Amino acid sequence: MWNWIQRFSSPKHFYSMSAVLIPWFSISALLIGLYGLYLGLFVAPTDYQQGESYRIIFIHVPAAWMSMFVYMVMAVSSVIGLVWQIRLADMVAAASAPIGASFAFLALVTGSLWGKPMWGAYWVWDARLTSELILLFLYLGYMALQSAIDDQRSADKASGLLAIVGVVNIPIIHYSVEWWNTLHQGATVTKFDKPSMHIDMLIPLLLMALAFKLFYAALVLIRTRNEALYRDRNRRWVRELIKDL
Amino acid sequence: MNWSEFFHMGGYAFFVWTSYALAFVIVVLNIVSPMVQRKKIIARIKRAIKRENLDNRT
Repeated sequence: MWNWIQRFSSPKHFYSMSAVLIPWFSISALLIGLYGLYLGLFVAPTDYQQGESYRIIFIHVPAAWMSMFVYMVMAVSSVIGLVWQIRLADMVAAASAPIGASFAFLALVTGSLWGKPMWGAYWVWDARLTSELILLFLYLGYMALQSAIDDQRSADKASGLLAIVGVVNIPIIHYSVEWWNTLHQGATVTKFDKPSMHIDMLIPLLLMALAFKLFYAALVLIRTRNEALYRDRNRRWVRELIKDL
Repeated sequence: MNWSEFFHMGGYAFFVWTSYALAFVIVVLNIVSPMVQRKKIIARIKRAIKRENLDNRT
């Protein structure tokens, strides 16, 4: 079992496996995303309270969900890297950070563009907004640690610990709208209740969320391949592979 | 519904379309930046190999 994991998670094996998966993730992300956009912009009805401005939801919510999902991937990979010394896991964590940061940023800016017409302000120091901003800073901190420490193993240890400690922020983001009085509206989609949303709005939202996840899957594979090439630059498999590139 | 009404977004055009445009930019950047990174890494490794070969000859 252990040998099997070791071989399966070898960067060399990953490098050739991932090449097969990337086109599938990319194409399905594109198709589902386009269909979701079509439904969201043309089919979904106008909101009775927020008018057309609510259409920002089809970007904002998938981006926010993704920023938290990617963070969890990063933290779990960091645990695997720290505890079992699986190098591929550290590469996945390092590859996830810039992707997660970009989507946390997107969630914050689209949120502020939605907040201005609805709340009258681009920004308020509210629990949901502040905790999402902290998430962005955690990503940036992870990336700063990665690039500041020359020795790769120490860099992975330090940034991995930051990622793991920062997990405490994820439930805070999630429950912030229930724990504190907030301007931010409550959850629209929950596991246990019927969603408080028209089905023609819900479907494009879920499609966009799925498209974002598939996009992340493609991106994390592409970036992890880069990490593998760079970190194994002195190993034989990279040296043999690089001749043909 | 006609197109000018569609782009007008019930008066929220600026907020809605800026959001979508930014999302597009972020998607494109996420695609381009690892491609650039890959080129840089490959070039760097090739340079290193060249240097090593020179060192071995002398």
